[in-house]
Amino acid sequence: MFEITGLNAYYGESHIIRNVSFSVGKKESVAIMGRNGMGKTTLLKSVIGMHPLRSGSIRIDGTELSKAPSYDRVRQGLAFVPQGRLVFPHLTVEQNIMTGAEHSGHRSVPEYIYRFFPVLRDMRHRKGGNLSGGQQQMLAIARALIAEPTVLILDEPTEGIQPSIIKELARTLGALSKERGFAIVVSEQLLSFVLDLADRFLVLDRGRIVHEERRETLDQDKIRSFLTV
Amino acid sequence: MRTDMMIPGETHGGGAVRSQTEQILQVRDLVVSFDGFRAIDGLSLGVNRNELRVIIGPNGAGKTTFLDILCGKTRPSSGQIIFTGSELTKVSEYKIVRLGVGRKFQTPSVYEDLSVMENFEISIPGTYGIAKSLFFRRNGRVKERIENIAEQVFLKDSLNRKAGLLSHGEKQWLEIGMLLTQDPALVLLDEPVAGMSTHEREKTGELLKRISGSKSIIVIEHDMDFVKQIADKVTVLHQGRLLCEGSACEVQSDARVIDVYIGH
Repeated sequence: MFEITGLNAYYGESHIIRNVSFSVGKKESVAIMGRNGMGKTTLLKSVIGMHPLRSGSIRIDGTELSKAPSYDRVRQGLAFVPQGRLVFPHLTVEQNIMTGAEHSGHRSVPEYIYRFFPVLRDMRHRKGGNLSGGQQQMLAIARALIAEPTVLILDEPTEGIQPSIIKELARTLGALSKERGFAIVVSEQLLSFVLDLADRFLVLDRGRIVHEERRETLDQDKIRSFLTV
Repeated sequence: MRTDMMIPGETHGGGAVRSQTEQILQVRDLVVSFDGFRAIDGLSLGVNRNELRVIIGPNGAGKTTFLDILCGKTRPSSGQIIFTGSELTKVSEYKIVRLGVGRKFQTPSVYEDLSVMENFEISIPGTYGIAKSLFFRRNGRVKERIENIAEQVFLKDSLNRKAGLLSHGEKQWLEIGMLLTQDPALVLLDEPVAGMSTHEREKTGELLKRISGSKSIIVIEHDMDFVKQIADKVTVLHQGRLLCEGSACEVQSDARVIDVYIGH
């Protein structure tokens, strides 16, 4: 359904993403794990089109996206929750969410989003910039969900969110993915979160995928060994 | 630049000698409202010299707003903040910095196009202003001081790399290091381990404990394992008020904290 083949990306002369290939099935959740500086964020940015690719292919249901600008990739079904939230500080919460709705046909914020994040309903008329960090993170996720993506890409989504909501987030993202039929690609350091969410685990090391495991056969110690120096 | 600069940790033998009796910061009846919403609602607390205090609480409890008030970014509607004898609520931001309060924001804000070395350089006191910037020289003393701090924040081998090429966690370390070059007496850190791996979190915990040998630190954090590792005392905020205070273990087993924050 979603296929990445032979991706290469650079920062200047530094070769950051090295020939990365993986695919994600419908409704499947894939976690990208790895220590810091191993290329997780660059990989996700390359996929969404925020970082230039040197070579490689990104296909969604057979449509090639690697040459398309970011907004076209979103139109084709990708949605991105960036690390650091990037909400619009001067728009209200509701307006922020609606910026994600351009191609999904939603005229107002659908009920399931507020059911998921009730605090956003309470604060829908407040400015995005006045929300706390964790609330902005929820807002960034809501803005991606309203695009009704085929593939939802999240870069460290638990950052700044309180423990009780992290537990809920993993459960609800998993449930929403199955219910609404989207796939998830998530980069995350918090092992407990991805253990609750992901069907498959990829480990990125110095820009290459060096290990892959399915939930059924998961060896947690092995994954941990990749995450420590 | 001061020549008698104390490098945290070195002179205090890892914080073994701590004087915790003197209060460096006293906050009394603090109130702040946004759009009629009371983000901080009658908050009072005190922080001791060389104490490492952690503030936890639900998203929107007022944690970041509290730090905003301490560093002068937001003005309270009422209340008092006494820091080493000075009342801060009417003092401008840059003067609060000069009084010895250093702040790190939630998302790392380093100069991505400058090298790690250059990022450190521009944060050294005495390099501010046009004339001082123009006549700034990277002399041996500056270099030695930067290398010393870079080593503490695990970036000694990255001094010549562009800051934009650092990982998220390394940028957080760089920003903590940039704060240390200013030698503040009170360090405010908003989610310093966000985006860090478990291993980096442990290293950061050790770093903060070392720093608190000679400075007071207020840390906002959600990772309870990290909180347990570092905190002398934990303050829990909820809806702009103090919910409870105590050791990490005490607050973690408090039923109210479990209800509003940790979850069942």
